[in-house]
Amino acid sequence: MPELPTGTLPPTTGAEPEPPAGVSARSRSHLGRLLISAGEHKLAAAGLVTAIGLTLFSFIGPLMYHANETATNLVLANLPPSAAHPLGTTPEGRDELGQLMVGGQSTLVVGFAVAILGTAFGMIWGALAGYVGGFIDAALMRIVDALLAIPFLFFIVLLASITEPNLIIIILAITAASWQSTARLVRGEVLSLRTRSYVEVSQHLGAPHRYVIVRHLVPNVVGTVVVTATLSMADAILSYAAVAFLGLSVPPPATSWGDLLTTGINNLFDGYWWQLWPPAIAIVLIVLAVNLLGDGIHDMTEHRHEVRSG
Amino acid sequence: MISYLARRLLQAVLVMLIVSVIVFIILHALPGGLVRAQLGPRASAYSVHQLEVTEGLLNPLPVQYGIWLLHLLEGNFGFSYKLNQPVAGLLANYLPRTLLLVGISSVLTVAIGVPMGLWQGYRRNKPDDHALSASMLILYAMPDFLLGVILIILLSLDLPVFPSTATAFGSSLSADVEVLVLPVAALTLGNVSYYSRYMRASVIDNLLEDYVRTARAKGNSRRRVVVRHVMRNSLSSTITNIGLTLPFVFSGALIIEELFNFPGIGLLFWDASQSRDYPVLLGVVLVVTASVVAGSLLADIGYAIIDPRVRYA
Repeated sequence: MPELPTGTLPPTTGAEPEPPAGVSARSRSHLGRLLISAGEHKLAAAGLVTAIGLTLFSFIGPLMYHANETATNLVLANLPPSAAHPLGTTPEGRDELGQLMVGGQSTLVVGFAVAILGTAFGMIWGALAGYVGGFIDAALMRIVDALLAIPFLFFIVLLASITEPNLIIIILAITAASWQSTARLVRGEVLSLRTRSYVEVSQHLGAPHRYVIVRHLVPNVVGTVVVTATLSMADAILSYAAVAFLGLSVPPPATSWGDLLTTGINNLFDGYWWQLWPPAIAIVLIVLAVNLLGDGIHDMTEHRHEVRSG
Repeated sequence: MISYLARRLLQAVLVMLIVSVIVFIILHALPGGLVRAQLGPRASAYSVHQLEVTEGLLNPLPVQYGIWLLHLLEGNFGFSYKLNQPVAGLLANYLPRTLLLVGISSVLTVAIGVPMGLWQGYRRNKPDDHALSASMLILYAMPDFLLGVILIILLSLDLPVFPSTATAFGSSLSADVEVLVLPVAALTLGNVSYYSRYMRASVIDNLLEDYVRTARAKGNSRRRVVVRHVMRNSLSSTITNIGLTLPFVFSGALIIEELFNFPGIGLLFWDASQSRDYPVLLGVVLVVTASVVAGSLLADIGYAIIDPRVRYA
């Protein structure tokens, strides 16, 4: 993309309010763009609100809503929704709504931890490859190629079945299968930045590596990295649900939305709909919310289309 | 072209070698080692030692790797003590069924996702574009098995049209077709969004290029420019995308085969993970990865045939 003078850039629209009334003719296109991006940001804001809502539901909810979360009580098994159990009960006689809150905790923790760990690891790996270059770069990237070729679910299941799965093992296994694309992305960014004239000038002037990395490279890849981290949280939650469906999950009585959904699927032919749809909706909502948020951040940090059509 | 092919082939072989090293390391990271995993925690020290000797586990690791790799190249994937069969035979039985499932689904995914993305790019920000984007986003946010379950509820329970399990696979051709419909549909719907999203972005990007403005300035209609120029430019990269999405399709197949009890390599893998049958687990990972690598190699060769720029890059 050609470097345009910054004067043609539209005003950065972070979380700006509606533009003032009575704009001049020249800025009408800016107004249009603002409205469009405000519309897009509205979706991102909706995503953010939903994600926060589900987090509060999972972590603050159990403080307000007290239900049987651990004991098995077969007298209460598979009850349909009622006043005592708004979302019915599980096959173990636990309250479905309470389980949904507890299950949300491990689901969100896995999503968040994988996003942070995987992005950090991928970023270091990719930055190292791109910055050092040469043989190290080739070796590091061939390892990434190889890991990307292994279908990730097979890889996760293989890693998780070596040991007894618990929350830490699951986080590490999903992380091990999800840092590679970040590494590739960051390497590409660093490679292209390294040849920019301001970075080269800085190096020729004798700036130490640390200075170049901190002043020039990090600020330029931060946008990409934040977007990848957000989107990888959504992917991690989907992976966790899939792994739970395959029977590798946190040991009971702990649970996750994927586990609850699997229970609902196993009881599909009994018609216990209250065990199926609540966890299904919870998973779809959180993945959707995090994706909208990621897309919104992407639009805010990248002005490509705005610049080129402007 | 020849040098491009050679380079690409070498790369594929290298990737498979690295994968084999990774798998070998995992094999040796097993708690208590492979022997304990096979004989169980209560085996006597004598029988453990005996198996270690016969399996060559007392050699240095690099030697063990070399021997293991040679065995692999001869088609010897080890022996499943749980199923009492050579692993190679199991793989040869189960892999073709999965390749069928993955193959049909990939073709359908492209056939639906690409035109949809083209249309959406052409109709950018119109109501139908938004509606399609929204539905694709929701499909993307669903775990594959949830998609499968919804299909089962709609087309197997509410309207009993298709069977909800694929156990009848292999009995007759008509049974095979009937049995494959829901698994293929579930696998396809989950991946369509990838292509439609990519194509939409690609068309929108292309519409901003100078050649489009030139073509429009010469009096071509917008529709004609899209069909004649933009589509061709956007389509060629679809082939590479098929290669890139293969790992996701195989991962999806693992889930879908479990859900529908479809006797493919994913189900074999899942059963092996439940019984901790390590030779089978590792064999499956190797052949599935080899399928992915071979698939993307074919995709890249196809791309090089269509787009001459690649050959000289």
